[in-house]
Amino acid sequence: MHSDTIAAIATAMSPSGIGIIRMSGEESLAIIDKVYHSKYGHKKLSECDSHTVHYGYIYDDNKLVDEVMVLLMKAPNSYTREDTVEIDCHGGVYVMKRILEIIIRSGARPAEPGEFTRRAFLNGRIDLTQAESVIDIINAKNDFALKSSLNQLKGAVCQEIKEIRGRILHEIAFIESALDDPEHISLESYPQSIHIVVDNEIKKIEKLLESFDNGRILKEGINTVIVGKPNAGKSSLLNILVGEERAIVTEIAGTTRDVLEEQINLNGITLNVMDTAGIRKTDNVVEKIGVDRARKYAAQADLVIYVIDASAELDDSDYEIMEMLQDKQTIILLNKSDLDIKVSLNDIKRHIDKVVIPISAKEHQGMEELEDTIKEMFFRGEVTFNDEVFAINIRQKTSLQISLECLHHVMESIEDGMPEDMYSIDLMDAYEELGKIIGESVDDDLVDEIFSKFCMGK
Amino acid sequence: MKENNTEKRCSYIEETYDVVVVGAGHAGCEAALACARLGLETIIFTVSIDSIALMPCNPNIGGSSKGHLVREIDALGGEMGKNIDKTFIQSKMLNKSKGPAVHSLRAQADKTEYTKEMRKTLQNTDHLTIRQAEVSEILTNKDYFFSDDKYVENENQKITGVRTVSGAVYRCQAVILCTGTYLNARCLTGEMIMHTGPNGLSAANYLTDSLLKHGIKTRRFKTGTPARMDKRSLDFSKMEEQFGDERVVPFSFTTNPEDVQIEQASCWLTYTNEKTHEIIRNNLDRSPIYAGIIEGTGPRYCPSIEDKVVKFADKDRHQIFIEPEGLSTNEMYVGGMSSSLPEDVQYAMYRTLPGLENAKIVRNAYAIEYDCIDANLLYPTLEFKKIQGLFSGGQFNGSSGYEEAAGQGLIAGINAAMKIKGKEPLVLDRSLAYIGVLIDDLVTKSNREPYRMMTSRAEYRLLLRQDNADLRLSKIGYEIGLISKERYDWICQKEQMIEQEIKRVNSVKIGANEKVQKLLESYGSIPLNTGTMLSDLIRRPELDYEKLAEIDENRQKLPDEVIEQVNILIKYEGYITRQIKQVEKFKKLEKKRLPENFDYCEVSGLRIEAQQKLNEFQPLNIGQAGRISGVTPADVSVLLVYLEQLKYSNPELFYKLNPDESNLSGLDDGKGE
Repeated sequence: MHSDTIAAIATAMSPSGIGIIRMSGEESLAIIDKVYHSKYGHKKLSECDSHTVHYGYIYDDNKLVDEVMVLLMKAPNSYTREDTVEIDCHGGVYVMKRILEIIIRSGARPAEPGEFTRRAFLNGRIDLTQAESVIDIINAKNDFALKSSLNQLKGAVCQEIKEIRGRILHEIAFIESALDDPEHISLESYPQSIHIVVDNEIKKIEKLLESFDNGRILKEGINTVIVGKPNAGKSSLLNILVGEERAIVTEIAGTTRDVLEEQINLNGITLNVMDTAGIRKTDNVVEKIGVDRARKYAAQADLVIYVIDASAELDDSDYEIMEMLQDKQTIILLNKSDLDIKVSLNDIKRHIDKVVIPISAKEHQGMEELEDTIKEMFFRGEVTFNDEVFAINIRQKTSLQISLECLHHVMESIEDGMPEDMYSIDLMDAYEELGKIIGESVDDDLVDEIFSKFCMGK
Repeated sequence: MKENNTEKRCSYIEETYDVVVVGAGHAGCEAALACARLGLETIIFTVSIDSIALMPCNPNIGGSSKGHLVREIDALGGEMGKNIDKTFIQSKMLNKSKGPAVHSLRAQADKTEYTKEMRKTLQNTDHLTIRQAEVSEILTNKDYFFSDDKYVENENQKITGVRTVSGAVYRCQAVILCTGTYLNARCLTGEMIMHTGPNGLSAANYLTDSLLKHGIKTRRFKTGTPARMDKRSLDFSKMEEQFGDERVVPFSFTTNPEDVQIEQASCWLTYTNEKTHEIIRNNLDRSPIYAGIIEGTGPRYCPSIEDKVVKFADKDRHQIFIEPEGLSTNEMYVGGMSSSLPEDVQYAMYRTLPGLENAKIVRNAYAIEYDCIDANLLYPTLEFKKIQGLFSGGQFNGSSGYEEAAGQGLIAGINAAMKIKGKEPLVLDRSLAYIGVLIDDLVTKSNREPYRMMTSRAEYRLLLRQDNADLRLSKIGYEIGLISKERYDWICQKEQMIEQEIKRVNSVKIGANEKVQKLLESYGSIPLNTGTMLSDLIRRPELDYEKLAEIDENRQKLPDEVIEQVNILIKYEGYITRQIKQVEKFKKLEKKRLPENFDYCEVSGLRIEAQQKLNEFQPLNIGQAGRISGVTPADVSVLLVYLEQLKYSNPELFYKLNPDESNLSGLDDGKGE
């Protein structure tokens, strides 16, 4: 009945020794045959016995990606009762993503959160006792903060939603008590005051939604953005910092069209580094979007690393960038300082008063000084730590959007001069909808709902 | 002395009835009338024939959300609405400036007439016997009182009859307890304690023991009432006169509106002041509540003046309504000022009010304490979970208020009758009626004080309006047998007229011509740029259906009650649609049934508190389970997972609980083996 094949990274998305990619469904064996080559000859895994382990390589067409161990579990003797394949690879985020991409290109689709467990459940794999552990996970909602490892939300965002809900509930309670005790609670000039409250909550929810719309995941760490003109060496810098070939580094100006993101650790300080498309006046539409984004990210960043090509003279775009960075915590890197230098420290200092470090990304020079500077800024408290962990999924995004819609209804009611008791209908909807995100309301499609609460691949 | 009385009496079988109703207050009257009208031989017991449908506290029926209850009672075939229409002396639609959901009718009653009229109705109802006697015992098959009694150990008891203090025994199939505030009642005025029921009527001091003996735990609640003043001693020139509505709307859907356009009596408004509050504060130690003499829990929502002064310490005054108790009496009720302070303090306190400087008290204010049950012992049918055939309604169930009592009495009566007739019981859910909300709250939530109906308790109140109670409930009343065919036909016809008119209004185009602009202007409404739909104009806050009559050329004359519905349904369409969606969500969980007599300890993911609560309550469905206090959304999720797993682990039980699903998944891949 579940004809499609799903795949997901089953281990944490962090640098670790081993990464596991799991795949389940009718096509699993066919897909692994397409991408796997054994060490000795071209053995087909689909023809091998269930519950066997195989050593070999994953190829992307003809390009070797990683050496792996593959575990086969054929239906019905697997967790999901479907054909299941597990690929143990090297634990880098890049490698895991790469292998997942290859598998998806070969016919699988990304699993929804909890979909493995849901299949196990729907295929009758989980009985009561086995479900116990499953239910334990659900119960983690009861002491949300303590068991947050299983939750996608924690800390500030969860708190934020709780606070928004709290304020909405306060308004509901006020309206209700005014209806029941008009003598002691007056609704005079209440529409004006609730207008302000609802307007504020709308802005807060919009802000939460933005983090999704940007396609961006806020992780623990200092939000750091690398900006600079095209071909100044931003991507090379990111690659050095990450130690992997993550960004596409080419000689053609304007190659990096999207925002790349990487989490790196500098002696205990975590940076969420975003490499952006070069800032430059451009007519190319696609690149234009990238540039706009870069501006936006730079505006939101805790720390900006501005890369200047020292081998080219400063021009208007440089001045524009410098103008943009006046009020930001910024480190300026004078890249390509191993070449013929056409930009002097004084040129820069005349326009912007920031730390300037000469580096050569190509020769890996000046990196230590950069690290030290970042650390210093952090410990001096000049850059602050972003402790929001917020990766909203589609379901949560929908809930946020619905609650937003409800609050807009409230605004309409206020503006239309509707009686106050009509507000509560939409306030209640918003309250319930937000509750779904943090597990404090019961949802309609509950089984789906509950199972989506599981971490991937459980 | 108690023991002596009961032991001395002889026992004899006097009569056999289908239903015995204990108590003839607002709950008892509705219960007895419902049973008798459904053709069951019914006897109603009261400690005093003169106290049938007595109003021992406020002299009015209805009010915010309570007016809804009366309308619903009427729509189901109850009596309260008809009785007040015959005996009111002033009437007012409250909250008219707010949305239609909170409009509520309230009428001042002539108390004596109200009692007399209800008594007349009871006396003239076939199959109904009135008996002045105190019921002291309930009898079940476990008592082996009758020779044919059989009882199987560990099974539920079954009601077999009642016995009165004098020893008379009445056999019956169902008993409905509507004992109000009479069980082991005591009245307190300061240090003075009287062991009586309300208004000095005798208390019922035996029944509690019998209930305890049959495994029914009771608890103690309290409530109170203000003093009554001699009208001649009041100076009304210092108060604000409160008139009734110019055009009175009747409570009952069957009362001819022309019959209620009477000359109305006035009420009066005055206020407490700092002096009043000072007297109260200085004498708090003499209040039996604050001195700790009263054990019972009082209602937060109907607080005594002592409570108000303490709770709202920053308020420098409170509204006090002076209301007539009837046309044939000089007594005036001091609304908003119930108290249990001693008599001397009462005099001092009341006389600080403008207009009451020389007030003479006719009856003291007092607090009353009484035995009642935690309604968690009941199913939503109002039948006891542990004793078959035993039902209860009204203040005995932990509620407060005449209307709350009447609503429960009606449902208890209907369900006792349904049980005897072997028919499906009537359970109104929260999306259908305030009565449903009331009973669900009583039997599901933990109530630590007398429960008062409030608008805020009804989640779906925009659908549960007082104006559409007949459309919501009269068909149900007809199926039960309490609403006439004639009435039923009218409801169907009304529905049709509403539907057709809405359809028409939604398709009528209004052009931006001079006549239209002029009309809009006259109501301060923005003129049209282009043509628009009539319904869009109705939706404008400053306009409504009737105001647009002259520019709606093809409009036919429709009954007022149809116009009212059309107007509301169009004006609030968006809100109503959203509320209907909320109801659909609610019903989804309400439909997920849980097994009966189930041991929730088997569901391992539930927290221990939830297991205990669920075992105790045995909820009928997931929705009800979620409303039990102590059961969290996470617990509900666990229950849902459990139910889903039943599909595989115990398909037989699963499909028994969810007969609908078997049709849908009948062609499934057979994995449910």
